Amino acid sequence: MEHTSWLHVGLVYLAAAVIAVPLARLLGLGSIIGYLGAGIVIGPWGLKLVTDPADMLHFAEFGVVLMLFLVGLELEPRRLWAMRRPIFGWGNAQLLGSALLILAVGVACGLPWRLALVAGLGLAMSSTAIGLGALNERNLMATTSGQGVLSVALMQDIAAIPILALIPLLDGEAGSPHGGSGWVGAAKAVAVIAAIVLGGRLLLRPALRWIARSRTPEIFTAASLLLVIATAALMQAVGLSMALGAFLAGVLLAESEYRRELETDLEPFKGLLLGLFFIAVGMSIDFAVVLQKPLLVAAVVGVFLALKALVLWTMARTMPIPYQERPVFIILLAQGGEFGFVVFQSAAQAGVIDAQTSSLLVAAVALSMLLTPLLLVLADRWWIPRLADCGPVPQLDEISEQQHAPVIIAGFGRYGQIIGRLLFANGLQATVLEHDAEQVEAVRRFGWQVFYGDATRLDLLRTAGAERARVLVIAIDDMDQSVAVARLAREHFPQLQIVARARNVRHYYLLRDLGVTLVERETFDSALMSGRAVLESMGWQPHAARQQALRFRRHNLEQLEQMAPHLHDEAKLIAMAKQGREQLEALWAQERAEVQRRSARGGWSTPAAERADDPPI
Amino acid sequence: MADILILSAHPELAQSHVHRALIGAFRHAALPRAELRDLYALYPDYLIDTAAERAALAEARLIVWQHPIHWYSMPPLMKLWVDEVLGFGWAYGPEGTALRGKDLWLVTSTGGTEASYRPDGHNRYFFDAFLPPYEQTAALCGLRFLPPLVLHGAHRATPAELEAHAQTFVERLGQYPQWPELATLDECVACETPAEERPTA
Repeated sequence: MEHTSWLHVGLVYLAAAVIAVPLARLLGLGSIIGYLGAGIVIGPWGLKLVTDPADMLHFAEFGVVLMLFLVGLELEPRRLWAMRRPIFGWGNAQLLGSALLILAVGVACGLPWRLALVAGLGLAMSSTAIGLGALNERNLMATTSGQGVLSVALMQDIAAIPILALIPLLDGEAGSPHGGSGWVGAAKAVAVIAAIVLGGRLLLRPALRWIARSRTPEIFTAASLLLVIATAALMQAVGLSMALGAFLAGVLLAESEYRRELETDLEPFKGLLLGLFFIAVGMSIDFAVVLQKPLLVAAVVGVFLALKALVLWTMARTMPIPYQERPVFIILLAQGGEFGFVVFQSAAQAGVIDAQTSSLLVAAVALSMLLTPLLLVLADRWWIPRLADCGPVPQLDEISEQQHAPVIIAGFGRYGQIIGRLLFANGLQATVLEHDAEQVEAVRRFGWQVFYGDATRLDLLRTAGAERARVLVIAIDDMDQSVAVARLAREHFPQLQIVARARNVRHYYLLRDLGVTLVERETFDSALMSGRAVLESMGWQPHAARQQALRFRRHNLEQLEQMAPHLHDEAKLIAMAKQGREQLEALWAQERAEVQRRSARGGWSTPAAERADDPPI
Repeated sequence: MADILILSAHPELAQSHVHRALIGAFRHAALPRAELRDLYALYPDYLIDTAAERAALAEARLIVWQHPIHWYSMPPLMKLWVDEVLGFGWAYGPEGTALRGKDLWLVTSTGGTEASYRPDGHNRYFFDAFLPPYEQTAALCGLRFLPPLVLHGAHRATPAELEAHAQTFVERLGQYPQWPELATLDECVACETPAEERPTA
């Protein structure tokens, strides 16, 4: 019996997903709607194939946890630290602004303040799963709006803890908050976060190294899952957000050498569980409540979406977020979220609101989550095209057809364009990838065929033809991304000759470390040309100036190679740089003296070997 | 190690039949005693590493200049090599004895046919008339100038002729210094340069 039910559930879920998602995509609606629709169809209000959506929702929440772990993996501690202002500033603005506005409108409509406050707090939350999922689907994670959505979502996860602790207190008498009461609970929470941070820093990497050494791929996968589950369990034990814990663990591993492997191992689990989560959300929409009071539910949904949108619109204007990205930003954060479910459930349990109201609010949140992907589709068709007049349109299709050119150029800004033009003028074919939509638009106006796509993504590199190309030009200006592409290419396409642009010496060494030999520092040669112009202006013969610039270039490159082994020893590097400079200065001073002495004695013109180096006398 | 040093200089090697054949045959033969330095590949920016060139020369007994004749002379990078590497005080002049006693062999080709290098041809002089600058450069450095290996009418040479020419080149390299004509050549006596003709070091 057990087995049959297990098989039955698997059969229903997987079949629903496999049928509904491609169908939804075919209709241009995106995969999230497909999952939600599948949930409604198989749920208690559809075909009744599954009857316990709450259990499934609970299980599938792990998809959200995995997603935040993966988001954390993309975010090094340094970058997270740089985001602290948006997270606490914009996150709080959204949360408090929305909650207060809803509270005010609720009280104005004559609701008791407790109910209005709970509704405000619960409805102010937005669905991380749909928000980040939609951003990923549209490849908008790296845009201003994407970072805005992430910041707000993180703040909501943090804020969920005090909110959940606060709700039982609203009953009038002191209830018991989640993980133990008062100081003990707080101390436990702090201890767990400290344990995760310290453990992540000190223990995880050696542990992963030890596991990786066993060379059993499935054990590494198991370890990846165990890591996330253990973190989540630890957080839950003290009443903290599981997703937040997983996010922290991800951030701590963002700089480790196993980042890519963890990502590829967990990606399919995340995708499926997230799909399951959306299905469960679809199933849990209580159509009984909706049908009972359809107008009231519609009014609640309409009003809270409008109020949140107002707050978000103001935020988008002040941040500011580019015009074309505002619709997505507003729609993704205006919706209710899965945390709302938890808030309303615990409020009902604590007796702050009655069960009837709770399920009405839950239905409103679920409906708003269902509406969100639909609103996005509508915005794509009607809203965003109208914004085209306000500037270039960033919505572009990314590269999808297999390319076969022998050269791939990643990054078509100031640097990549020069390389591309040289190649095209020589009759070579090159596939150009550029991840900045505005840049793509701009260069397309000049008639270049440029694909929109992020070269740090393995699948896009494959589509661009990296498996068979001979040369990959990395002309991306972002150092982290450039190194990521180089690493990816070295790992997966060893036949590719990499030609890379380095922003500075550190970047140069990072690329050399990965075995990239053809690296040029972007400002080095132009600075030398300027130096050469100064020598000429000071009276050097043009050819002598050229010769000195080129000799300096060679000297500098040799020195760079000599210094490479001492990369991590700053004192040694400085000493070597100084010594090299002194040697060059001494050598050239000696040459000048020699020439001067000879020219003073007259006779033959100076011999060829030194001639080119003469300063004018 | 290498006692034969071939300095190869062709600005457009991809277009050359003769010199690609020569280099191809040389690489195929894999002579252990010989090293080939492709100057245009080593110094595409015309920035010659004088120290490295002199180090390579130091070990050689036979120096080969392998290049096409362009405008009755050597290609520009080869000439720059002569200007910069064969320095005063190193290759000639006081203490300029680094090359003394070595052999220099010119392996070259001309676009014009042998018949064109005659008083009645359009090049108006026998080919030998263009060689004195080479001979004197060698003499000033104390190098013995060996009889050049020349292929005329390079554009018209058949594949068979090219192959035969390349074969001769490689065979002679392999046999060096057992060349019959070497016995009849005088040792080169380095020409001294009078002190007042040179800046003193």
